[in-house]
Amino acid sequence: MANVKYKTLVGLEIHVQLKTKTKMFCSCPTGFGGEPNTRVCPVCLGMPGVLPVMNKKAYEFSVLAGLALNCSISRFTKWDRKSYYYPDLPKNYQISQYDLPMSEHGYIEIPIDGGETKKIRILRAHLEEDAGKNSHTAGNYSQVDLNRAGTPLLEIVTEPDLSNGSEVRSLAQQLQRIVRYLGVSEADMQKGHMRFEPNINIVGEIDGKEFKTAIAEIKNLNSFRALERSVDYETKRQLEEYLETRKGMGQVPKTTRGWDADREITVHQRSKEAANDYRYFPDPDLVPVVLDDAWFEQIKSNMVELPLAKERKFVSEYGLSDYDAGVLTSERTMAEYFEDAIKAGGDAKRVCNFLTQTGLKLANEAGKSFVEFGVEAEKLAKLSKMVSDGDINASAATSLISKMVENNEDPMVLAEKFNLLQKSDTGELEAIVDQVFADNPQAVDDARPGSKKEKKSKGFLMGQVMQKTKGQANPKIVSSILAKKLSE
Amino acid sequence: MKKKLDHDEVREVALLARLELCDKEVEEFATQLSSILGYIEKLDELDTDDVEPLAHSLPINNVFREDIPHECLSRDKALGNAPDADDEFFMVPKILDDNSNG
Ligand SMILES: [Zn+2]
Repeated sequence: MANVKYKTLVGLEIHVQLKTKTKMFCSCPTGFGGEPNTRVCPVCLGMPGVLPVMNKKAYEFSVLAGLALNCSISRFTKWDRKSYYYPDLPKNYQISQYDLPMSEHGYIEIPIDGGETKKIRILRAHLEEDAGKNSHTAGNYSQVDLNRAGTPLLEIVTEPDLSNGSEVRSLAQQLQRIVRYLGVSEADMQKGHMRFEPNINIVGEIDGKEFKTAIAEIKNLNSFRALERSVDYETKRQLEEYLETRKGMGQVPKTTRGWDADREITVHQRSKEAANDYRYFPDPDLVPVVLDDAWFEQIKSNMVELPLAKERKFVSEYGLSDYDAGVLTSERTMAEYFEDAIKAGGDAKRVCNFLTQTGLKLANEAGKSFVEFGVEAEKLAKLSKMVSDGDINASAATSLISKMVENNEDPMVLAEKFNLLQKSDTGELEAIVDQVFADNPQAVDDARPGSKKEKKSKGFLMGQVMQKTKGQANPKIVSSILAKKLSE
Repeated sequence: MKKKLDHDEVREVALLARLELCDKEVEEFATQLSSILGYIEKLDELDTDDVEPLAHSLPINNVFREDIPHECLSRDKALGNAPDADDEFFMVPKILDDNSNG
């Protein structure tokens, strides 16, 4: 058995569809679905004689995303034509950015084990237009739908800094949260808003001799799970193949492989013998973009606190677990709602429990997010204070959340209406304790300090008080009354 | 003129342009393309050391539109000029090795 040491190098090419209302160079509406070829015009159909005009919003969205990815933002960019020979872009070229991308040299941080983060370098991020869709179902023909042609895409290219499937998945999830926080993309993988193409190879040593496998690019990944699994599968496959053939980079060509989601394997699609010759050249129909200070500042003013920073803050400042912080920061609206509730005086852990347990359950049942119920954060904060003050117990709080979701009333009003308030009146509770003592003299004797059955009997007396008050006595106050009276 | 394009180079260019050439055309275009390249090479005589590369021939920047949807073409019109279409789609000869972005 050979002595093998190796590591996996994964770089990603990512396409993120921007959430503009219209396409990049024409005023056709964007959006998933729509009857085929109903969101098209002479510009995106590639008719002769038409002129593309740049969507300002798309540019601003990409600058914002570039900033969030710690990229340096170019103040001068231009548009290039990239030769393209499939009918889903009928111009025969794709408008993209070649030598002057709008942003480059950034990084994205991903959480790894032990609360640490790893920086994945970003080579560049540029804007380009999406293609339409070809489908190959009808006999000897392929059908073309150009609804998507011309939709703005941000292409992000990372350095090969990722080492395994779980890191790749983590990057994808971070990126999804970032672009959603920024409001620049819906980032739904199933709808193709985010498309990931990992480039994978392995480098290592066999019996002290270095080796490198040829790079494989994987396509057709439309879920986080597929992304993670495909990278791990491909690593294993390349290693096995190399051990068998001993042929690596330079001896075998780069390949493209497709992910077969049913069999969970990658399948060979084609070899890339020669580098693609895209013959980029500047698009004469589009003028360059100059980002001056005033415009740049205006775009920067839309920057928000990013999800990973928020998540860390939730752990360090509010003492939440990593898991809870992750759940609360998965959506920006939820994270901000939580923070509003804390500002309004809610206890962090209690509000967190309200949201991640009862709140999430109710939201899932209703098929929307908790924030969409419209219960003000202040009301949740008040509910939290009612528990802290002993007005209600935890189980009452749970049922009050459901009631608040139903009719959005004040929690104190609801607690009174549904008789959920705890009895905290010391005088009233003392009278009840006296009654319980009179009814149970043996238990009282057994519960005196130093008695063998002290603990058990005390519990029994507490239970009797609770029974008499139908569970509404404040247990803390009853406990202190019991302690006082038993040591008298 | 530095050198004449050889036949393989012409065939490579034809492949990139998705053109099918017969041998006679390859010979013909080798001569024509070489003479065009030779003509362009004349520009090499200019000293451009101190000249900034030009991104665009027009002295204007930042031509934008607002992100407001306008009406599209009707599907009948959109498909009307196509060599072949069904009720919904453009029809093209079957794509065998689909490496498109979609
Ligand atoms: Zn259009």
